[in-house]
Amino acid sequence: MTPEEFNEAFALCHFLPGPNIVNLSVVFGARFRGIPGSIAAFLGLVGPPVVIVTVLAAIYARYGKIPALQRTLAGVSCAAVGLFLAVIACMMMPLLKRRDPIALALLAAVFVAIGLLRLPLVPVLLIAIPLSVVVAFILRRRGAL
Amino acid sequence: MNTPTGTLLTMAWTFGLMSLLAIGGANSTIPENASRRRRGSALDVGCAVRGYVRYCTIVAGTKRADRDADRLSRRRYRRCAGGDIRHVWSIGRPCLFRQQCADRSNQSIWPEVLQAALVPISIGLMSASGFILTITTGGTWVAVVLIVGAAALALATRLNPLWILIVGGILGFAGVV
Repeated sequence: MTPEEFNEAFALCHFLPGPNIVNLSVVFGARFRGIPGSIAAFLGLVGPPVVIVTVLAAIYARYGKIPALQRTLAGVSCAAVGLFLAVIACMMMPLLKRRDPIALALLAAVFVAIGLLRLPLVPVLLIAIPLSVVVAFILRRRGAL
Repeated sequence: MNTPTGTLLTMAWTFGLMSLLAIGGANSTIPENASRRRRGSALDVGCAVRGYVRYCTIVAGTKRADRDADRLSRRRYRRCAGGDIRHVWSIGRPCLFRQQCADRSNQSIWPEVLQAALVPISIGLMSASGFILTITTGGTWVAVVLIVGAAALALATRLNPLWILIVGGILGFAGVV
């Protein structure tokens, strides 16, 4: 999968109900071995976290109020947010390299609406998605997509 | 390992491994996946798998999977097997739906148009999430510096994200954050 293909598949899965990485793993598994492939990918994805988080939840329930642990988790949270920002930057790279002003403008508009103005998600998406689809369709017909 | 069973086992192993690496969310596995590929230790079942491992396992989704696992485990603690079954079903239904969409959408131009249209919106939403997470978590200047530093390290180096999380934890434990 190229970064562009990944972005497109991820974006579609993002808007479907359910966890997007699970959707993506199911699609990926299906490409290789159909339904058995989807099941294998799904079980591999969710199995280990279920076990680990169960153990961690038990530990946290017992020791979660210790101040040192709370401080440690605060530090881990900062690092995790930093990693998340790095991922966003990685995903933006294909768009920035294509220098597609319309896509970048849509991205910025969604960011401002949701992140800065804190507008409700549903109305923003009800406007942004059809607009973006129309733009993509026009570009596709012109051969620019 | 290119037999059907081998591919299935490899796929289960890959997703299991990546879910283990996805500490702090699937996002944190991007540098690790990239370095694995660089070391040539990626899967031997084709380029698509390596590409997927590199770019995918990754993203916010595994974070959601962790959250789902958390919910699942909590329900298990309450000994509510029905909750587990409902939860698995709630994941499974969209999966089946998504698979049907993928199977039926190979001939039309619309999947391509739709997917291309959703990319900037999806990244815009993630950016907004990142911004909100930053201002929520970064309550102090030190926290903001740590967030920016972690992001810069992840982008500029092949450092395993686990090390970045460990350093963050140590700094937090020391009372720096």
